[in-house]
Amino acid sequence: MRWRSRARLAARGVLGAAFALALIAAGCGGGGEAAGGTAKIGGSMILATTTSTQDSGLLDVLVPLFETQTGVQVKVIAVGSGAALEMARKGDADAVLSHSPAAEQELVERGDLVEGRLVMHNDFVLVGPTGDPARVRGAGSIEEAMRRIAASGGFVSRGDNSGTHATELALWKAAGIDPAGVPRREETGQGMGATLNIADQRRAYTLTDRATYLALRDRLSLAVVFEGAAPLLNIYHVYVVNPEKHRGVNAAQARAWAEFLVAPETQRVIGKFGKDRFGEPLFVPDAGKSVEDLGR
Amino acid sequence: MGEFWAGLAEAVRLIVSGDREVREIALRTVYVSGAATALAMLAGVPAGYALARSRFPGRMLVLGAVNTGMGMPPVVVGLVVWLLLVRSGPLGGLELIYTKEAMVIAQFLIATPLVIGFTTAAVQALPPELPELLQMLGAGRLRRLWLLAREARLGLLAAVMAGFGGVVSEVGASMAVGGNLQGQTRVLTTAIVTETSRGNTERALALGIILLAMAFAVNLVLTRVQQRAR
Repeated sequence: MRWRSRARLAARGVLGAAFALALIAAGCGGGGEAAGGTAKIGGSMILATTTSTQDSGLLDVLVPLFETQTGVQVKVIAVGSGAALEMARKGDADAVLSHSPAAEQELVERGDLVEGRLVMHNDFVLVGPTGDPARVRGAGSIEEAMRRIAASGGFVSRGDNSGTHATELALWKAAGIDPAGVPRREETGQGMGATLNIADQRRAYTLTDRATYLALRDRLSLAVVFEGAAPLLNIYHVYVVNPEKHRGVNAAQARAWAEFLVAPETQRVIGKFGKDRFGEPLFVPDAGKSVEDLGR
Repeated sequence: MGEFWAGLAEAVRLIVSGDREVREIALRTVYVSGAATALAMLAGVPAGYALARSRFPGRMLVLGAVNTGMGMPPVVVGLVVWLLLVRSGPLGGLELIYTKEAMVIAQFLIATPLVIGFTTAAVQALPPELPELLQMLGAGRLRRLWLLAREARLGLLAAVMAGFGGVVSEVGASMAVGGNLQGQTRVLTTAIVTETSRGNTERALALGIILLAMAFAVNLVLTRVQQRAR
């Protein structure tokens, strides 16, 4: 076993050196677009991410682009944000792309995640039966909307520690409602697509990211009943799992992925994604902005 | 019903047009489940034979464990193998997590109890005096085992079919240890989950029909071997 780990260490050292050289070369080159990526890094990495980036099809576009630019093979593990962050906490992934800022901040403070960057945002919307039995459409605020749903009942929750689930719980809390007391509130423990289908069949309300809803809208009889409030922003950050804390992290590949996501070329691709299929883009690219700038 | 017929039409279209991704996924499915079943036969047939022919204290416990293993939930096997192979786990250094090999290991663990159980039953169904009889007739050790295997053919092929059927249709373990990576570890069952959650129900149904057709073809071959000139 020892020669193996030594060989891997050596390989990692060479990779790291190559990456550093590439960075220096890119820096000296000047004028060229950063992380335009002529340097082939190679190897592979594990990306722990949320179901929405996969179910919306965004990663199907971005991953092949990254792979041709860098030669890095990406293993995408699409789970809820909770599970994705748990993988990062144990060092079982190299990079994380998630949308659960409060939970992410905890891991940053514990030193599991480093080099966080804002990538993009879209928003959450409340959807429900077209007839809107709880009259959520007339609500003046998101808190009021949640209270109306609580009063009439019928809400399907992800219940899977995902970013969407965390946002839902925060919304109940802000409205002063104990979600356990909401009549006919059910937890699916499944991804957004499955949860939307269940809400549709149950004629119930649910909270969804706009991207997944648009992707499935044609098959659902659910309509948007509330949108546009600041707490409904759905913000995606990319992080590198701290290689100083966790052994075996493919840091060069993970850094290249983070660089790639915020590169101007990639941001243009993100900004256009979904326009041809859904008539509107699914994500707003945000590289270089701060969270406070969003939603203005 | 409209979606069902649309799914059927889509299945025919995918097969006829030779859709490259679908073909790769189908081949990968056969490779992973075929390798797991073959390994399970290698380990499970001798174990099942030994279990049928020997008497030792605790044999009932072992048989009980095997019979429980025959109904083991794949998702539990997947969870255990995932915990072993994941980077922070005891075997993380092997870097097998999210590979086809990891899927073969998990499916092997699912199929082996099935193979042992069916083999034990098949061997026990043979006349108990048969091995001694063959020995008296002067057959060598290997020849004796071969003749016994021929006699137990019905049960042994049932073991292959049960093992293959069990692993080709499971989704929990493949999802957990393979990660359902496009172009790398996506098999028919995990592809069906993906297409369903993306709302592509026709394509999901089409993949299901292809899975059934494939399992039917494999079983048809095995059944022919099993039923041939008894």
